[in-house]
Amino acid sequence: MTYLSQSALDLAALIARVQSPARGGIATFLGQVRDHHGGRAVQRLEYSAYGPMAEEECARIAAEAEARWPVRVALGHRIGRLEIGDAAVVIVAAGAHRDEAFAACRFVIEEVKRRVPVWKKEFYADGSSVWVDPTRSAGETRDEALRP
Amino acid sequence: MQIASTYMPAPTTQIVNVRVLLFASYADRLGLDSLRVALPALATVGDALDHVRALPGGDQIPPKPLCAVNLAHADLDTRLTEGDELALLPPLAGG
Repeated sequence: MTYLSQSALDLAALIARVQSPARGGIATFLGQVRDHHGGRAVQRLEYSAYGPMAEEECARIAAEAEARWPVRVALGHRIGRLEIGDAAVVIVAAGAHRDEAFAACRFVIEEVKRRVPVWKKEFYADGSSVWVDPTRSAGETRDEALRP
Repeated sequence: MQIASTYMPAPTTQIVNVRVLLFASYADRLGLDSLRVALPALATVGDALDHVRALPGGDQIPPKPLCAVNLAHADLDTRLTEGDELALLPPLAGG
């Protein structure tokens, strides 16, 4: 299973990977590229990753969700150049019922943001660019200190 | 047998070679994305970090950054062994 993708993420393909006749509840989360951040107009993004670790961490997170709830999880994270509106991350959690599907989907996106080594460079209308630091950005909460 | 004591190994003479990876803003600030560091035996992630922070631009790396050893998150007091891959991770921004 490969979790990082240089090309567009395919929501339908990720759903197909985990759906089954026994799984009546499928929760999905799509994270899309916003056209603004901290009051500045964003033109595009570039995501980079520590690829081998990001793959392992995504696999661990999916396994943890599947151990904690009766679900199957699929996810993908886009890497490289993204335009406004492109899907940067897709999470799919499929279970027999909605409760476990929503809970697992929420868990996976929160853990992806907290643990997967991916970085985002924003490019602005004035030609400048910045590596986004969510621990400093206005309007975003500081992540808890990460412990292994 | 007193002679046995003369055969004690001297661990301080052993060297641990570690590959350090830098990413995103850290790589930009130091102008490189990987380096090799030779450390004394029993060295920790923190010891390797001290070495990197002493390089030009290294003071831009915070005293307690996120770290990973061999593809798993690690603490500053994680012990390093020969051939380990240590990654210094800027604040994560995925999702």
